[in-house]
Amino acid sequence: MPKSTPGVERAARPAAKPAAPTGAPTQKLELEVNRTSYALDVDVRTSLLDALREHLHLTGTKKGCDHGQCGACTVLIEGRRINACLTLAVMHEGDQITTIEGLGAPEALHPMQAAFLARDALQCGYCTPGQICSAVGMLVEVAAGWPSHATPDVGTRPVELTDGEIRERMSGNLCRCCAYPNILAAIRDVASGPNGGRSP
Amino acid sequence: MKAFTYERAADARAAVAAAAARANAKFIAGGTNLLDLMRLEIEQPAHLIDISRLPLQAIDDEPGGGLRLGAQARNSDTAADPRVRTRYPLLSQALLAGASAQLRNKASIGGNLLQRTRCAYFYDTTAPCNKRTPGGGCAAIGGLNRNHAILGASDACIATNPSDMAVALMALDAEVELLGATGASRRVALRDFYLLPETTPHIETVVHPGELITAVVLPRAPAGRQLYRKVRDRASYEFALVSVGVLLAVEKGTVEEVRVALGGVAHKPWRALEAEAVLRGRAPSVAAYQAAADAALARAVGRGHNDFKIELAKRTLVDALTKAGRP
Ligand SMILES: Cc1cc2nc3c(=O)[nH]c(=O)nc-3n(C[C@H](O)[C@H](O)[C@H](O)COP(=O)(O)OP(=O)(O)OC[C@H]3O[C@@H](n4cnc5c(N)ncnc54)[C@H](O)[C@@H]3O)c2cc1C
Ligand code: SF4
Ligand code: FES
Ligand code: FES
Repeated sequence: MPKSTPGVERAARPAAKPAAPTGAPTQKLELEVNRTSYALDVDVRTSLLDALREHLHLTGTKKGCDHGQCGACTVLIEGRRINACLTLAVMHEGDQITTIEGLGAPEALHPMQAAFLARDALQCGYCTPGQICSAVGMLVEVAAGWPSHATPDVGTRPVELTDGEIRERMSGNLCRCCAYPNILAAIRDVASGPNGGRSP
Repeated sequence: MKAFTYERAADARAAVAAAAARANAKFIAGGTNLLDLMRLEIEQPAHLIDISRLPLQAIDDEPGGGLRLGAQARNSDTAADPRVRTRYPLLSQALLAGASAQLRNKASIGGNLLQRTRCAYFYDTTAPCNKRTPGGGCAAIGGLNRNHAILGASDACIATNPSDMAVALMALDAEVELLGATGASRRVALRDFYLLPETTPHIETVVHPGELITAVVLPRAPAGRQLYRKVRDRASYEFALVSVGVLLAVEKGTVEEVRVALGGVAHKPWRALEAEAVLRGRAPSVAAYQAAADAALARAVGRGHNDFKIELAKRTLVDALTKAGRP
C-alpha cells in the first residue's frame, strides 16, 4: 500500500468497498471527514461507523457494541460528540465529521491525545479514540455552560468542572480495562490548561 | 438489517406526504432507537424518511409563559436551554438523567417520545413477545421480570416505557402537536398520548401511521419546586428501575400545588393523580408524603422479581417530596 499523507491521497483514493452486491438500494454521497472530502457509493444501510472504517479505512474509530452502549465509536459532528454506530452515513452529507485521525497526528498531537499518553490513560487502547473524541466534545459542552446530571442545580451557570462532573459527563464511554482514574486525570489536566482545553 | 429506500424530507408537509405515499415508511430523527431496532430486524421499515434536518429545532416562548419545543430540538440542547433550566428544571434534570451525552446530542424530542416501550425479551428475537409478534405470548410473564411494570400491566405485556423525558413532561402537563397526512394538525395532551398494553401491546400511542410530531408544548409551569429522582442499577448511562418527577408548592403551611409522575413502573409514563389528591390542601409532612406514596402504588402488582419496585417507588417518591417540600 502506498504511503499516504493523511487526507490528501486518501481523498484521491476511490471508496474501496463496492456498493452492495445484493441489489439493495445504494446512494452516492460525499462525506467531509477531517477536512477532506470523500466520494462514496454505499448501501443506504451503511452506518457512519462502517463508512468510516470499511470504506474510508479510517479505522481509528472503533466498534465495540454497535448499539450505542459503549462509546467506542464516538466521533464529532460539527464539533458535537455522537455515536457513529447509531446513525446512517447518508444522513451526514455536508456535515463536518472529525475522527481521532483528524484531531491530531503522531508528530502533532492534540492536547487531549498528549494528555492521555502523559497520564497513561489506557491499557489495551480499544476505547481510547472514543474516549478522546468524547472528552474533546465534552469540554466544548462545558465551555458552553451545559449542565449535567452531576450539576447540583441545573439553573446555575457557569458549571464547575469537578471530578464528579467529569465522570458523569464521560459515562457514555466505557473502558473494559478500567483505566478510568487516569482518563479522569488526563481530562482534568487538559481542562485546567489554556483555553479550558478547547481546541484552538 | 433489512434493505430499505431512503429520502430526506424538505419540510414537514413533504415528510407527511412522503409517509402517506409509501407502505411501511418510517420517519428517522436521531435514529438512536430506530436503527438499534432495525439492526436486530425488530423494526423493518421499507422506506425511511429522514426528518433530522427539518426546521423544527427551535425552542420558542409561548404566549402566557409556556414554551414550545420543536420536535427536532436535540435532547442535549433542550436540557441546556436557559428557559428550560429556570422554568422547567424538572425537564432539564430528567433529560440529563437519560442515556449518555453522545446519545442526547442525537436524540430528538419527537424520537424520545416515540422510542419503543420495551424489555430485554423484546430484543431477543428467539423469545416470544406479543409486542413483536402479536399473539405470540410474553416471555417476561413467568420469566425474568425484575425490570418490568408494576402498574397498568396486562396479561399480554408487562414492559415499561424507558423515557425519562416523558415522565417530566407528564408532570408538566405537556401537549403534543401532530401533523397528519392531509396537512391538518391536532394537539393531544400527553396524558392521553400513551396507551396501556391491554390486549394490543404493539400499539403504544395514539399517533396515526404517517403522522408527524411537530412540537411539544409546555404550559406555564405552576410555582413550586421541581425535582427529578432516578434510581438505577448503576450511577449513570442506565435505564430507571424507578424514577419520580415532582412539583411541589407549599404556601402558608399547606400544599397549594403538587404534581407527581413515575417512570420505570408502567407501559407509559405514569401520572399519579391519586397521590396529588392526597396532598393537595394538606400540611406537608413525611406522613402525608407516605400516604401519597401509598395512594400512588395502591394498585401496584408485582410479578416476582420486580416486587421490590413497589416499595422502591414509594420510598423514592417520599424522598423526592421531602426534598421538594423543604423550606
Ligand atoms: C444505550 C442507550 C441507553 C439509553 N438510555 C436511556 C435512558 O436512560 N433514558 C431514556 O429516556 N432514554 C434512553 N435511551 C433512549 C433514547 O433516549 C432514545 O433512543 C432517543 O430519545 C430516541 O430519539 P431519536 O431522535 O434518536 O429517535 P429515532 O430513533 O429517530 O426514532 C424513534 C421512533 O420515533 C419515530 N419518530 C421520531 N421522530 C418523530 C416525529 N417527529 N414524528 C413522528 N415520529 C417520529 C421514529 O419513526 C421511530 O419510530 C437510551 C438509548 C440507548 C441506545
Ligand atoms: S413484556 Fe412486553 S415487550 Fe417484554 S416480552 Fe412481554 S410482550 Fe414482549
Ligand atoms: S460501537 Fe457505538 S456505542 Fe458501542
Ligand atoms: S483501555 Fe482497554 S478498554 Fe479502555
